[in-house]
Parts: sequence; C-alpha cells; structure tokens
Amino acid sequence: MKRLHLERLANPQLLALAAVLLINWILFPNFFRITWQDGRLFGSAIDVLNRGAPVAILAIGMTGVIATKGVDLSVGAIMAVCGAVAATMVVAGYPTPIAVIAALGVGVVCGLWNGFLVAVLDIQPIIATLVLMVAGRGIAQLITEGYIVTFNDPTLIFIGTGSLLGFPMAAVIALVLMILVTLVVKRTAIGLFIQAIGVNRSAASLAGINSRMLLMLVYGLSGFCAAIAGILVAADIRGADANNSGLWLELDAILAVVIGGTSLLGGKFSIPLAVVGAIIIQAMNTGILVSGFRPEFNLIVKAGMIILILMLQSPLVGSAIGFFRRDDKRVVSK
Amino acid sequence: MKRSLRPLAATAVIFLIAYAASVLQFPSMLSTRVLGNFLTDNAFLGIAAVGMTFVIISGGIDLSVGAVIGFTGVLVAVLISWLGFHPLLAFVIVLGVAALFGAAMGAAIHYLQVPSFIVTLAGMFLARGGASVITQDSVPINHEFYGALSDLMIRLPGGGRLSFIGLLMIAIFLGGALLAHRTRFGSYVYALGGNPVSALLMGVPVARTTVQIYMLSSVLAALSGIVFSLYTSAGYPLAAVGVELDAISAVVIGGTLLTGGYGFVLGTFVGVMLLGLVQTYIIFDGTLSSWWTKIVIGILLFLFIVLQRIIFAASAPGEEKPEKALV
Repeated sequence: MKRLHLERLANPQLLALAAVLLINWILFPNFFRITWQDGRLFGSAIDVLNRGAPVAILAIGMTGVIATKGVDLSVGAIMAVCGAVAATMVVAGYPTPIAVIAALGVGVVCGLWNGFLVAVLDIQPIIATLVLMVAGRGIAQLITEGYIVTFNDPTLIFIGTGSLLGFPMAAVIALVLMILVTLVVKRTAIGLFIQAIGVNRSAASLAGINSRMLLMLVYGLSGFCAAIAGILVAADIRGADANNSGLWLELDAILAVVIGGTSLLGGKFSIPLAVVGAIIIQAMNTGILVSGFRPEFNLIVKAGMIILILMLQSPLVGSAIGFFRRDDKRVVSK
Repeated sequence: MKRSLRPLAATAVIFLIAYAASVLQFPSMLSTRVLGNFLTDNAFLGIAAVGMTFVIISGGIDLSVGAVIGFTGVLVAVLISWLGFHPLLAFVIVLGVAALFGAAMGAAIHYLQVPSFIVTLAGMFLARGGASVITQDSVPINHEFYGALSDLMIRLPGGGRLSFIGLLMIAIFLGGALLAHRTRFGSYVYALGGNPVSALLMGVPVARTTVQIYMLSSVLAALSGIVFSLYTSAGYPLAAVGVELDAISAVVIGGTLLTGGYGFVLGTFVGVMLLGLVQTYIIFDGTLSSWWTKIVIGILLFLFIVLQRIIFAASAPGEEKPEKALV
C-alpha cells in the first residue's frame, strides 16, 4: 500500500527542494549569486552544499540501515570518535593518510559492532545503537582527554575546507560517495537483498539471503559514512570537539532519509533522494539564517516538516483499506 | 524464582554489590547524607523514567522527554518570574500543556500509524525549539513559595536530608507501580506491548490507551521539569538535554524488555539508583573524569540488553508468554 502511495506522490522531494530554494530566493534575492574567488565558487547556494555535506554523507549510510527496518542512533557519537582519532593521531605525528585510514577503520569497527548486536545478538536496532550513542561521546573524550584537539595539518584541513574544480571538497566527497554507493546497491543484487530484509527478515533468510552478513555490511557502511562525516567536521573547524561534533546529527540524518521517501517500515529506499533530503534541511537552515530569523526557529520548522511528512504518508490521506493494511504493518515494525 | 524476574533480581544484586564495593572503598558513602542526596539529585530523572517505563512496556519510545523537561522549566520560570503567577497555578498550567502535548503525540502515533520514534522526535524538536524561542537565557525563579518548597525536607539522623523532591520521586514510583500492576489501564499497557493485534481483538481500547500512555509520559516529564526547576531555581531552554537517553537506560537496566509487554516500574527505580551510584562514585573518586560516566552507563546498558537476550532466548516460547501477561 505504502509503495503505491509514494509512487503517487511522484518525487515530491525535488518539488520540496525547489519550494525551499524559491522561498530562500524571495527572502534573500542574492541567494543564487555565485562568485568565483581564489579559485573556488562562493555564494549561499554553494554554502548549502558545503554545510549539508556531513548530514548528506550520514544519510547515505542511514538509508541502508533504515531500509532494513533498522535505525542507527550512534552516527553522531561515531563522528565524534573518528574526528577525535584523526585529530589526535595527526597531532601525535602520524602521517595524515594513516590517521585518516585509522579513523575510517574505527568508524567501520563501530558500525560492525552495531551490526553484530543487531544481526547476531538479535537486539532491536534502536537499542543496540543506543549503547554506542551513550558510550561513544565518552570514548571520544577519552581519546581527546577532554580537550578540543586542534591541528594544523594542511592535508587534513584541505579535506575539510579545500575545493576541487571550484566546488567545496566536502560536497565533492558526498557526491562521489553517493554515486559509488548508489551504483553498488543498484547495479548488484545487494539493493534487492536489503529490501528483502526490510520487508521480512525471516522470509529473506529462508529464501537464502545471508541476512546476518548483509546487516553487518549495512551497519558497517553507516559507521564508515559517519567516520567520513566526522573527519570532515573535525577538518572544517581544525579541531576535534568530542562534546559537540555531530551532536544530534543522527536525528538530522534520519529526518533526511525520511524526507527522501525511505519508509521507516523498511523495504523502500532511495539513496539520492535521501541526499536531496539532507540538502533540503540545510537549505532551510541557511534560509532561516540569511533571512534574519533566530536559529532556534530551525527546530520548530523541522518539527513542522516531520508533521507534514507524516500527514502526507498517513493512511488517513490514503484509503480506508490502506488503514487496516498499515495497521498490520505497524505491529510488525514496532 | 520465576525466570522472568531474573533481570530485575540481577539489577538489584548488581546495585547492592556495586554499592558495597563503593562503601568498602569510601566508607563515607554509607551515610544517610549520601543516600538522601541520591534521591534528591536523581529525582527529575526518576520521575521522567517512570513515564518512560510505561511507554517502553507498551512497545513504544518517547524521545521528547528531555525537551519537555526543558520546555516546562522555561514555561514555569516565565509564568512565575515574568507574568507574576503563583507557582501552584503555574504548575497546573504547565501540566495541562504537557498533557495536551502528550495526547497530541499519542493521537499522531495511533491515527497516523507512524512509529513512536519519529513522532516523539518531532515532539522533541518542537518542545526544544519552543523553549528556545521563548527565551535564550536562564530565567531565575525568586518566589518565596519556591524557596519554601525546595527547603522542605525531613532531616535524618547522621546529617541526611530527605528533600521534598526526593520524596515526590518515591511517591511517583509507588504510584506508577500501582498504576502498572493493579489497574485496568496498567493491564492495557502490558497487553498493547505484548501484542497489539491480540490486544485489539481482546477489546483493549487501543486508541484511548495509546493517547493516555503518551499523556502520562509527557505529564511526568513536565513534573520532572518542575522538579528540575525546583532543584536549580531557574528555567533554562537547554536544560536536561539527553535526559531521555538516561531515562531509557534506567528503564532497560531496570529489567524492562525493550520489545514491550514486560517490565517493572520498581525495576526502573533500581536502574535510576544504579546510574546515580555511577555518578556519585566518580565524584567520590575524584581522579576519574566525568566522561567515564557515559562509558560505564553504555557498558551497563550493553550488559543488561545481552542479559535479557540470554534469559528470554533460553526460556521456551510457551513459557515466556504467560509470564508476559503477569499483571
């Protein structure tokens, strides 16, 4: 029922993005003015891409997790841990590539840990990832010993603030990652397997899908994406802040995925649309800032957005038959 | 002993062992003063955790708790300090607002058929944003009634103090336990968490119960916000960030099953006390940094989740069901 319903909405994400950009443009006529300066592009629209990149990257990993009817609450904490690892290693004198690889490795290990809890110990995803969400920031602080570790490593700073062909590095990384993951998922059977697990894990296992392996993979990818986002955020401010890096970004990432039309009940997902969702969120943030409203309005606008999406997807808008069908589904997805 | 009581027993035993170990190291921890402060310092968390227990037993989750605590604190402070309301009237107003807020979330969860996770996430943004829009700063509360209420306490032998808010938390826990195990509403909550379809078929008023559960959670979160404002004598929009995670941890450590249908309100009390013990121990030790609190809570959370898995996976399917209906 859900699938039918979303198809009827026919890609509302791009329409929503257009609407948000239009509002931004009306409020702030210079929104789309892009200038070329010091070998890179400048402008509010570019800024949206740059600032939206971390959430977009998180959303790529989160899409896979949510498609298996899970959720990963720990990505914000993993960001903090990986940022801390990269920063402390660079400061300790390790070469940058090794520090980055180590941070990415730590992210994957964190993700696999979540995957182990979900796939092997069969723990509800929301709770399994809660463990790392609670403990992760403590671990990050342990690594940085409670300080904000600042660094001056040019390569690492380039990853966070540099530019490629005029576009901000963070946005380029997000784009490349999105294309790679989408290709892997769509050109192989992995996407189909993920959907199968999301619809019915036991049935998928009975049909011969190695669901444990796939769940580990999906959570591992989420951890990997969180690691990239964590490195980007740390490189952007030239320091690893264990307390605030990635704080509440897991919620933004989930929101981006939901805006992107991925069903929280599993089974239907789209990685590019989740990235569009992340850009919509960032365009709203930037819009609120440039139009002079206080940033606190952000939270209320986000809440309004979730409510709107829920209304659009709700069975009340659909048919009465849909009501009872969905009733059954909700039970399963509890 | 019933197999299903084991998580609760395990929590209690771990708490006693941990407390005994702490006392061996720091004999002064065994004093009425420390125990009294235990209750006072964790009162707001405990009250919020009671509401969370009901939500989790019903198979849902409430992420808006911390934000509601922050919002309530700000609203109470604004009503008293800026608008000159009497604190009691302010309490009635904020509890009413919270009840409406919770009812709206419950209704959205039931009628829109969306996971409680995402609805309460919207609630969290809304409450936190609302609080920040009212004020950015900490609003102090200087009302004589407020001072009297926070000074209200029973002195115990040995320098201990049982404060009003500590006693209030105990009262809420007892009330919550009665509500869960001795009333019709309580049985509905367990039935809903055990299996919503059978609950519906058995004639449980699912819509009404869902709305009531989230109303209860929000009202208790608001009460917790009032307690927090008594504790700090101020309202701050960023107060109690992440308290929902502590509350969920306390509920899980207290032996409530996260898949719903099974749990104890009094187990949550032990869970809250265990979290409090971790914090107190770290303060007593002095050399451990505060971030160890988070790591230890994470480890405890993990241990109890695995413990529950082992206990419930070990029990035969037929054995588990009747115990779930234990009311």
